[in-house]
Amino acid sequence: MKLNGRALFSCLMAGMLLVLMTGCSSDSASSGSNAANKNQVEIFSWWTGAGEEDGLKALIALFKKKNPEIEVINAAVAGGAGTNAKTVLATRMQGNDPPDTFQVHGGAELNDSWVAADKMEPLNDFYAEQGWKDKFPKALIDLVSKDGKIYSVPVDIHRGNVLWYNKKIFDQYGLKPPATFDEFFKVADTLKSKGVTPLSLGDKEPWTATQLFENILLGKLGPDDYDKLWKGQVSFDDPRVKDSLVTFKKMLSYTNQDHAARNWQDATQLVGKGEAAMNVMGDWAKGYLTNDLKLKPNQDFAWAPFPGTDKTFVVITDTFGLPKGIKHPEATRKFLAVLGSVEGQDAFNPLKGSIPARLDADPGKYDVYGKQTMQDFRSSTLVPSLAHGSAAPEGFVTQFNQIINTFVTQGNVDQAIQMMKQDATANLATK
Amino acid sequence: MAEAQTVSTVKKGRHREKWISFLFVLPSLIAIFVFVYGFIAWTGYISLTKWNTFLKDLSFAGLANYRFLFADFRFQSDLRNTVVFTLLFMAVCICLGLFLAVLLDRKRKGETLFRNIFLFPMALSFIVTGVVWQWIFNPSTGINLILKQLGVDDPPLWYVQTKVIPDLHLGQLHVGLPLALIAVIIAAAWQLSGFTMAMFLSGLRSISDELKEAARVDGATEWQVFRYILLPALKPITFSAIIILGHISLKIFDLVYAMTGPGAAFVTDMPGLYMVETTFKGSHYAQGAAIAVIMLVLVSLLIIPYLVLTFRKEESL
Repeated sequence: MKLNGRALFSCLMAGMLLVLMTGCSSDSASSGSNAANKNQVEIFSWWTGAGEEDGLKALIALFKKKNPEIEVINAAVAGGAGTNAKTVLATRMQGNDPPDTFQVHGGAELNDSWVAADKMEPLNDFYAEQGWKDKFPKALIDLVSKDGKIYSVPVDIHRGNVLWYNKKIFDQYGLKPPATFDEFFKVADTLKSKGVTPLSLGDKEPWTATQLFENILLGKLGPDDYDKLWKGQVSFDDPRVKDSLVTFKKMLSYTNQDHAARNWQDATQLVGKGEAAMNVMGDWAKGYLTNDLKLKPNQDFAWAPFPGTDKTFVVITDTFGLPKGIKHPEATRKFLAVLGSVEGQDAFNPLKGSIPARLDADPGKYDVYGKQTMQDFRSSTLVPSLAHGSAAPEGFVTQFNQIINTFVTQGNVDQAIQMMKQDATANLATK
Repeated sequence: MAEAQTVSTVKKGRHREKWISFLFVLPSLIAIFVFVYGFIAWTGYISLTKWNTFLKDLSFAGLANYRFLFADFRFQSDLRNTVVFTLLFMAVCICLGLFLAVLLDRKRKGETLFRNIFLFPMALSFIVTGVVWQWIFNPSTGINLILKQLGVDDPPLWYVQTKVIPDLHLGQLHVGLPLALIAVIIAAAWQLSGFTMAMFLSGLRSISDELKEAARVDGATEWQVFRYILLPALKPITFSAIIILGHISLKIFDLVYAMTGPGAAFVTDMPGLYMVETTFKGSHYAQGAAIAVIMLVLVSLLIIPYLVLTFRKEESL
């Protein structure tokens, strides 16, 4: 009896498993055939915020005008500054259900992940076909290439090394935006003596502090060695890294006391409202200052490159590529063609508040900040941002954020260097 | 002969019933084996691999991930925070819950109203609680505005505070109570004290009035009734409360995520936050799996004694 029971039990188990398995496989097969509609393109992004969503919609509208027969599926995932979207994307890619095209920051976020995993089609022929090779800056093409193969199309550019300041406060005390670190501390001391918080910071999410620190590193090391630092070619033992940490620590002593309770918007708001004088943030802050706080550029607030980084441009670029094994490669190519065109970039970027990645776009469509930044973009050395996943793999960045978070409170320079070295050994591919 | 036959059919019927009931639970049994125990085993396996890169790498790493975590400042802080948070959170919830339950047990007017008021926070999600208390304890905009009006010149920094008391150093870790956690504990206790109260209230209601009356007739004071009659009778309830609150606090994620995040120098960080961040942001899958295993062990340390005790009780019954 007992033996029989056991046999029956195992039979049933096997049966159930079989049912479960066939259930799963038939499911995926049917969804696959349903979606194999030729006239579709699914666009995956995390553009759900005010300006960026408008930009995406304008882009889709333009695409539909040109390709009325193709249906566009806007698969945007909200939340977490892209973290949620990246998690969803990873699941879909690993399950061999890639979206037709997806948003990804140029640099390590693209190259060390999807390209390294052999999930992306090279686009060299496509670029040649569209005549794009000289339309984007070479350094930008390099950022979306690996081993000479181009893997995505950049649509927008944000700058990471911008110092925002409250124009009224600066005018009131006769101050000029600082161009060097010495000037910065002089200005900061003046402001402090007048009872104004010199620098606002909101590092509730640690990337903002990392972003401030990467700008200091850039100012101290210069663009070449800054870049080499993330490639493992300049060591964290370099005295300039130590100098950067010391400067960083000094800078932190000029920030608002409650910085750990604020996110970046709260910190930018302090400058907008005149409660602090300066803030270091990527130029999405401009959209926040003008659209949300209704402030006027060059009147209420103004900007300058971060001290010591005048002729460099920390680039954060959103790009879209062509994953392998997608259902609608033809429609996707058509979408990428619109995305990379002057028309497409000029439809998207003015609404998002970014500048176009192409060099031949129409400056007349952009505001005063945009026009000036387009100039700078052309004439500056481009370097990738660490805080936004372009300079180094995500694994290195998350660890680096932790080191910075600890350093902001404890201020232990030697310990920070030690941990950065460990992080580099564990997570940086030394090429 | 006939009698023997009926006995055997009854037996057969019983057997069939047993099998049918077994068949009914079989699907969920299989699901649990696959989706709970199967994945626990898989997580345990991943935690022993080198899969700390974007690309899958299942080569064996031994205990390297665990060694890394226990040497890591952030994880050390997480363990400190979990222990401190769990102890204080349980203590506050149980004391407050018991106090409220005893008050409500007086059967005064308005009991239902107050019971609902105290229970209400439990209906909210931890995310809502986190956001609201984040505003309340924001040092520049929240409760401090009232404190300043009241003449407190130097109001507390709440969750922005980075001090740890008493500041004992163990390697680079500061051992003690991170003051920033107090704000989180208040928020968590606000949410779950009402629930603990409800548990205690049901416990109090199950104690017969006669017992209390008898004690009073014998000349016991109210305190003595509480101390010698109510408290001992509430022991099993307290035990359940510890288990329920403990497993919530050991796994806490959403409240801290919404309210403070990891905090400066990780004063409010929890293993759950670290796990999500390192796994899904940093692609350190093996490290994330190791954190998950450690969290499982922590919860087991709490649950297993409870299970053993209940099993023993059932056997003795």
